[in-house]
Amino acid sequence: MSSPHAEHGDPAVAFETAKLGIWTFLATEVLLFGALFTAYAVYRAKFPALFQAEHLKLDRVLGTVNTVVLITSSLTVVLGVDAVRKGKTRLLQAYYGATVLLGGVFLCVKYVEWTAEFSHGVFPGTNIFFSLYFVMTGLHGLHVFLGMCVLAYVVLLARKGRLSENYTTPVEMSGLYWHFVDLVWIYLLPLLYLIG
Amino acid sequence: MNHGTTGARRTYIAVYAALVALTIVTVSVSYVDLGMMNVVVALLIASAKASLVALFFMHLKGENRLVWGFALVPILFLLLIIFGTLVDTQLR
Amino acid sequence: MTGNPETGRGYLAERGWRSWAYTLDHKRIGVMYLLTTIAFFLVGGVFALLLRLELLSPQAKYFSDHTYNVFFTLHGAMMIFLFIIPAIPSGLGNFFIPMHIGARDVAFPRLNLASYWVFVAGFLVVLASLVSPMDTGWTFYTPYSAKTGAAVATLSFGIFLIGMSSILTGLNFIVTIHKLRAPGMSWHRLPLFIWGMYSTSIIQVVATPVVGVTFLLLALERLVGVAFFDPAKGGDPVLFQHFFWFYSHPVVYVMILPAMGIVSEVIPVFSRKPIFGYAAIAYSSLAIAFIGFLVWGHHMFTSAMSPLANAIFSFLTFFVAVPTAVKVFNWIATLYKGSITFESPMLYALTFIFLFIIGGLTGPFLAALSTNVQLHDTYFVVAHFHYTMMGGTVMGFFAGLHYWFPKMTGKMLNEKVARIAWALVFIGFNVTFFTMFIVGTRGMPRRYAEYVPKFHAENVVSTVGSAILALGILVMMWNFVQGLRKGARAPGNPWYALSLEWQSASPPETENFHEVPTVTAWPYGYGTPKGPPA
Repeated sequence: MSSPHAEHGDPAVAFETAKLGIWTFLATEVLLFGALFTAYAVYRAKFPALFQAEHLKLDRVLGTVNTVVLITSSLTVVLGVDAVRKGKTRLLQAYYGATVLLGGVFLCVKYVEWTAEFSHGVFPGTNIFFSLYFVMTGLHGLHVFLGMCVLAYVVLLARKGRLSENYTTPVEMSGLYWHFVDLVWIYLLPLLYLIG
Repeated sequence: MNHGTTGARRTYIAVYAALVALTIVTVSVSYVDLGMMNVVVALLIASAKASLVALFFMHLKGENRLVWGFALVPILFLLLIIFGTLVDTQLR
Repeated sequence: MTGNPETGRGYLAERGWRSWAYTLDHKRIGVMYLLTTIAFFLVGGVFALLLRLELLSPQAKYFSDHTYNVFFTLHGAMMIFLFIIPAIPSGLGNFFIPMHIGARDVAFPRLNLASYWVFVAGFLVVLASLVSPMDTGWTFYTPYSAKTGAAVATLSFGIFLIGMSSILTGLNFIVTIHKLRAPGMSWHRLPLFIWGMYSTSIIQVVATPVVGVTFLLLALERLVGVAFFDPAKGGDPVLFQHFFWFYSHPVVYVMILPAMGIVSEVIPVFSRKPIFGYAAIAYSSLAIAFIGFLVWGHHMFTSAMSPLANAIFSFLTFFVAVPTAVKVFNWIATLYKGSITFESPMLYALTFIFLFIIGGLTGPFLAALSTNVQLHDTYFVVAHFHYTMMGGTVMGFFAGLHYWFPKMTGKMLNEKVARIAWALVFIGFNVTFFTMFIVGTRGMPRRYAEYVPKFHAENVVSTVGSAILALGILVMMWNFVQGLRKGARAPGNPWYALSLEWQSASPPETENFHEVPTVTAWPYGYGTPKGPPA
């Protein structure tokens, strides 16, 4: 941090700058998933019967459980942000650690689902519905995994004593990203599991 | 932006409860056949949940207009690509 | 990290490859981008010359059909993805955005360096795909691209990485322009280059992810057989085209808007007149970026889209002409009664206007449905987009290179040689591409190694033109190298320009400015013919 390039002068300005950066990044993410949502809309309109029949093969209960897991992880993130704003970095570590664990639970459930689907002879190339299903949940799962890495890194920063109520930027930015990943799932649940 | 009071924590937990409740509702509704309305209801509930997450968990509620702009502009482009493509595929 | 003012080498003072590979200095990153992209421009140009060589005779003579297909694919893909998209934004933009707005660097310097190395990783993957080179054309249309034996998945991944680099750069610029402007640098005091770059960055951030995911889907179709674009499984190949052009149409404005920004900088400096219609030029950049998002379907008029979609996309396409013409009129009004001098940057800027008018006015023929169907995939289209992309963007790029060469290197160019190169480029370009309008309207289709003999004479002319053009570019490159080696020392402000980058040393120090400047006026207040600004 000693290079002259790192300075933005005022830390408040630096925080605002980082925030604008992460929102811009989320904008790209919207369009990344947006292309897939477009494909979904096109094919659902084209093959309503296929989507109706195929979505029943998904496990609605596991999908719901996973939704609750992810929503809970969003709660722990926002509580972690709240903690660091008050300077309680130990509490932050606990909340962000819990989030990483919940992310892990989410991916395990996903793994169980995919395994079950493969064993029923359902693959990404089976038909349009399952192409969408595997690509959308796969890309989302990848985002969950990357989010877990980032949050774990934030926990590491907190352990090293790098974070305080005066420097919350990594916590808040990684938190915004995690909420976005949650947000995508909020739409994936009904589109894939519920209304096929 | 307010830097954390117990009030903030209470809000987060209330929002969480609402999110879980809405999840239960949308899953329950999916077992009832409402025809096309299933889609509409599911998307409305999902959007309500998404708004809760954005407004409270992502703190959009207390943000300035610039951040709101950055949050909303991509939604416009999302609608553009969806409907621009459907104009073709639906009317071929 | 600080440049030593004693050496007079500014940000270039530090030597050794490490000082470049790990640099966080936006200027050095910009220079690395420039050198990389210019290298690809030359390689892509060689492919173009090979295409022209083959077209010397109506029958396939030098290369097989497949080799010809590979050549035009590589020419297109390299020029688009490795040269023209990154050249001005990532190269000149990186160097001059912070300097224009009075900042010490971009908002996220580490991200900036990361974006360069992601770009390098991307082009290495692209080069790796040459083991089984692509023959699909740069547009990768399905279903052929899902079936051909070429290394489509590898190339897709490479372009995915390049796209990621482009997104990171755009993100960085948007935040930089919002947050790091010097005190007093209000939006209406920004140089017009910044307005162009800001509009460009929006497109990069919003459109690039779509093409990224499209190439991902294409790769997945080949690897695990997902059904998105596979008609056998109910997929829709035209959906690929929608996604592809949702990115690739707006991206032509990623190419042209920064070039328009450069022209808007150069013209007032060499006419010694304030820019005419500042606000109109500034907002027309945003308007072009926005309208550019509404017209992607005009590439697909012959792809069996719905009639309504055809009509809507055709109708909207005409609107692009409005903000574009606004710019041209304002440049011409700026020239009116100016004290014009014809240094090489100005020659290229004027060439931009001249060629872009031809390129632009041939656009409406293609926007109109009926003529489009006639002209689709003929050489008319090839001529049209070379007049806009090369006659426009590349001439703007050359204008920028000549304009900013003294600032970037601290050396002056040999002006006489620069003008000779310009003359060769100007003549060669028009001879090469104007003939394509003629053969295009007479029905010669693009992308074939052979053609009917009645087009022979024109094709010979075109190939001769391409040789002249290549010679001009070689002379220009030689001039750059000579300038670097033994050019005269450049003063801080050789053109007596008013924008902030010229108020620093040549080459600038690592921190750009001794102290962050306070801005009190816009950069176009020229009042005196020749000589120091008032």
